[in-house]
Amino acid sequence: MSYHFDFLAPFDYPAVLIKGVLVTIELIAIGGVLGIAVGIFAAWAKTQGPRWLRPLINAYVELIRNTPFLIQLFFIFFGLPGIGLQITEMEAAILAMVINLGAYSCEIIRAGIAAVARGQIEAGLSLAMTRLQIFRHVILPPALQKIWPALSSQVVIVMVGSAVCSQIAVEELAYAANFIQGRNFRSFESYLLSTAIYLVLAIGLRQLLRMLGNWLFGRPVAKEAA
Amino acid sequence: MISFSLWDIVRNLLLALRWTVLLSLASFALGGLLGLIVLFLRTSKHAWLRTITKMYIELFQGTPLLMQLFLAFFGLALFGLEVPAWLAAGLALTCWSSAYLAEIWRGCVEAIPRGQWEASSCLAMSYMQQMRHVILPQALRIAIPPTVGFSVQIVKGTAVTSIIGFVELSKAGTMITNATFQPFTVYALVALMYFALCWPLSKYSQSLERKFNASHRH
Repeated sequence: MSYHFDFLAPFDYPAVLIKGVLVTIELIAIGGVLGIAVGIFAAWAKTQGPRWLRPLINAYVELIRNTPFLIQLFFIFFGLPGIGLQITEMEAAILAMVINLGAYSCEIIRAGIAAVARGQIEAGLSLAMTRLQIFRHVILPPALQKIWPALSSQVVIVMVGSAVCSQIAVEELAYAANFIQGRNFRSFESYLLSTAIYLVLAIGLRQLLRMLGNWLFGRPVAKEAA
Repeated sequence: MISFSLWDIVRNLLLALRWTVLLSLASFALGGLLGLIVLFLRTSKHAWLRTITKMYIELFQGTPLLMQLFLAFFGLALFGLEVPAWLAAGLALTCWSSAYLAEIWRGCVEAIPRGQWEASSCLAMSYMQQMRHVILPQALRIAIPPTVGFSVQIVKGTAVTSIIGFVELSKAGTMITNATFQPFTVYALVALMYFALCWPLSKYSQSLERKFNASHRH
């Protein structure tokens, strides 16, 4: 018996599919912005923050970077209610993404901070800027500019990784694919279509981040490193 | 009713950990082999080969590993093949890791100065000879730290295979949670075990990076 493909089948439930795409975009929009914010804070704490904070940040970064995102998600969604913290699946997904991206972007941003010339900081000090002003105006912009391609790649990796959020019933794109194939039994077509949509989203997100980098830093940032 | 002691949970998780390790090793080895082939095509003289492999890499880096798993799981079944979860898992992870490894190694090959290519082509070496005798031995040195670093991503990637029903560490964690109703303890233990696998690899990669950089500087 041969199989007859029906590539229109995944469109049987257009509302579910559209909602899936929108939820995926929502996840990465909120998770991306907050995750980078956490990363900036963690990188600040690691390089100039109070000394007692550094081992905590190190532990956070190592713990997150050496465990799978899926387990972090399960721990937050299934584990936290066990100790009395109730959260919705959407909150759990965003929290997991923020914590995950925060740890990776901390290391990336820290590398950018390390590359800022010492003389720049001394120049800032001689202008009687406070340490926070120096970080905000002198260190952070060139640091972010240097590592923007790496940071963009990490955001795309987190967006693509958000597919596993379907496992805690967040109604994003992978969930939509599961839902549709559960109704019309066209599993291959559903997954193929959703994979193609993810690819389009990933390429679009990368372009968007490149344009954002150009806009933020005033001139084209370095092309993505290998 | 059977009750689970903490030791029962740990013991069952450790038993499942074997499959995580085995799947990681297999994916790393096979992904490395396939990645090497992709690397050769990606750096070849023919533009169309470079374009095809670029698309291959883009495809696997721009789509979720979960979707690749589903496609391997359901796609092969369409051809009338009975696909066990471990096969789909191994296949998807191999292709996925080959795309990343090829791209990592391409960076290392391109870090070798152009003059090395030119000098070896002056010696009338073929592309394969250039790669074999001149470029790869030098690129290998740069490639080792990021390759070890990427093995951490493979170990973590195997967690996703639990979703198509391959019983490794993550799946065992879910099953034990369903039996014990202790998600906090079980997932903390699962995370710890992944950490125990990945952290030494991360540290080793970092120390290799320092070592090779230090010897580079003098």
